[in-house]
Amino acid sequence: MDKTDINTVYKPKIVVKDLNLYYGQKQVLKRINLAIPENQVTAIIGPSGCGKSTFIRALNRMNDLIPEARVEGKILIDDENIYDPDIDLVALRKKVGMVFQKPNPFPKSIFDNVAYGLTIGHHRPKAELDKVVEKSLRQAALWEEIKDRLEQNALKLSGGQQQRLCIARTLAVEPEIILFDEPCSAIDPIATSKVEELIRQLKKNYTVVIVTHNMQQAARVSDFTAFLWLGELIEFDRTDKIFTNPANKLTEDYITGRFG
Amino acid sequence: MRSVKKKGVFGDLRESFIHRLFQASGMLAILILAGILALLIYTSVPAFKEIGFKEFLTSTRWDPTSPEKPEYGFLSMLASTVMITMGAMLLAFPLGVAVASYLSDVASPRVREIVKPIVELLAAIPSVVVGFIGLTLVGPFLARIFNLSNGLNALNGSLLLAIMALPTIISISEDSLNAVPAAYSEASLALGANVWQTLIKIKIPAAASGIIASLMLGMGRAIGETMTVLMATGNARAFPHGFLQSVRTLTANIAIELGEVPFFSTHYYALFALGLVLFLITFFINLSADVILEKQKRKLQ
Repeated sequence: MDKTDINTVYKPKIVVKDLNLYYGQKQVLKRINLAIPENQVTAIIGPSGCGKSTFIRALNRMNDLIPEARVEGKILIDDENIYDPDIDLVALRKKVGMVFQKPNPFPKSIFDNVAYGLTIGHHRPKAELDKVVEKSLRQAALWEEIKDRLEQNALKLSGGQQQRLCIARTLAVEPEIILFDEPCSAIDPIATSKVEELIRQLKKNYTVVIVTHNMQQAARVSDFTAFLWLGELIEFDRTDKIFTNPANKLTEDYITGRFG
Repeated sequence: MRSVKKKGVFGDLRESFIHRLFQASGMLAILILAGILALLIYTSVPAFKEIGFKEFLTSTRWDPTSPEKPEYGFLSMLASTVMITMGAMLLAFPLGVAVASYLSDVASPRVREIVKPIVELLAAIPSVVVGFIGLTLVGPFLARIFNLSNGLNALNGSLLLAIMALPTIISISEDSLNAVPAAYSEASLALGANVWQTLIKIKIPAAASGIIASLMLGMGRAIGETMTVLMATGNARAFPHGFLQSVRTLTANIAIELGEVPFFSTHYYALFALGLVLFLITFFINLSADVILEKQKRKLQ
């Protein structure tokens, strides 16, 4: 594995060092070491139950919500260990945004959904909110479709639109990293291609990490791919390398569909 | 080879018998409700005939035993009931929602396991015991604070009813907070909100209808409560002008007078008319709470 090569060419944004994660007695992630490059799309693939989602949720500490989860090791984002006790969770989650598996807009208007992250804890003038909402919706390629009905309840949108709304909502708080946890598993193929297109666009300004169980999707959208298997990182490399010439036999078996 | 055809008629018969049995049990509840309503209406009609709707609905004087001119106005008692209930809700609703929020979102699982059954046990205290506490503990306490001759007043009743309505408000509010999909809170937290902001801006609004239903069910409980208010509020028949006055609620009045009233007298029928009023109030409150809860369930699915 030419991990060092990758990191001399690409500046790492997230560095994972000896990450172990347990749910109670069960170890879900085993000594993960990984450097995720800045302004690139990194896909995490692997069979169900391999720890993909757990891994990505460790990157913005969403696992903190699970009382029995326990973490060892370090995750450095811009050289700050996010598991240090002096980390401000709110600031962390604004810096590391997340889009979930199922579109989960709030039962509020489209506008309020996008403005949500900006309005919590602050009062901002309406004009500023208007600007950010429009910008975020444009970035999420949703503006043209919904600009005339910003006051409509977000739950009335189609699944694909809801997911792009969730992306816009995440963009509005100006993160540096965006995590996607199987963002297309609950939406139709046309909506999927829109979201994938969007993800490719986003890497210009953001570092993107995407969990997917769909290998074609990983091949389509990502620059780098990490293959997880039973909680272990088996291989991490450029996506074209992983898909054409994997170094590890397990990776090859998985991407050729021999298991999973 | 096994045949999957029905064998004989006995299976069918048993099936339909059980079906009917359950159907009948369900119908029985409706029949009982309808029966009570019919009885109340039947025994109230003579009262309205003899007293007249106008006096019953607009007079504030309830004095059935007056030798000169008996009067049957229900307004004072309705006002007392409404006042005590509102007072109780003002105390119990914010507290109940706060406890529900704490239990659903803040407390650790272990704390929740201990606190929840205790809250539910609160509902198991017999109302006469609560009334006893009002009479011997809350009353003297209020008398001392407000410098009154005794503490048997509307405030005492409100305090006790607040305690009695709390379990209903807490457990239904908590249920509806828990019914808010976890995806909402996750999204909120992932956008950098803290637990408190998520609760205020996302969870409570999403659970609003259930929380309002909990208020109405708590209210239904408070309006119908008899023994506690009878013991704690002093039962003066005057129109209430403040929380530090002695008041007599609809329920307390029925309980006090029904034991001594001559059967089939105007007074007797008038008490049933009060019962009908009570029945209608609680029926509509509970009905609307049910409708609201049902709506929320559909909305959150």
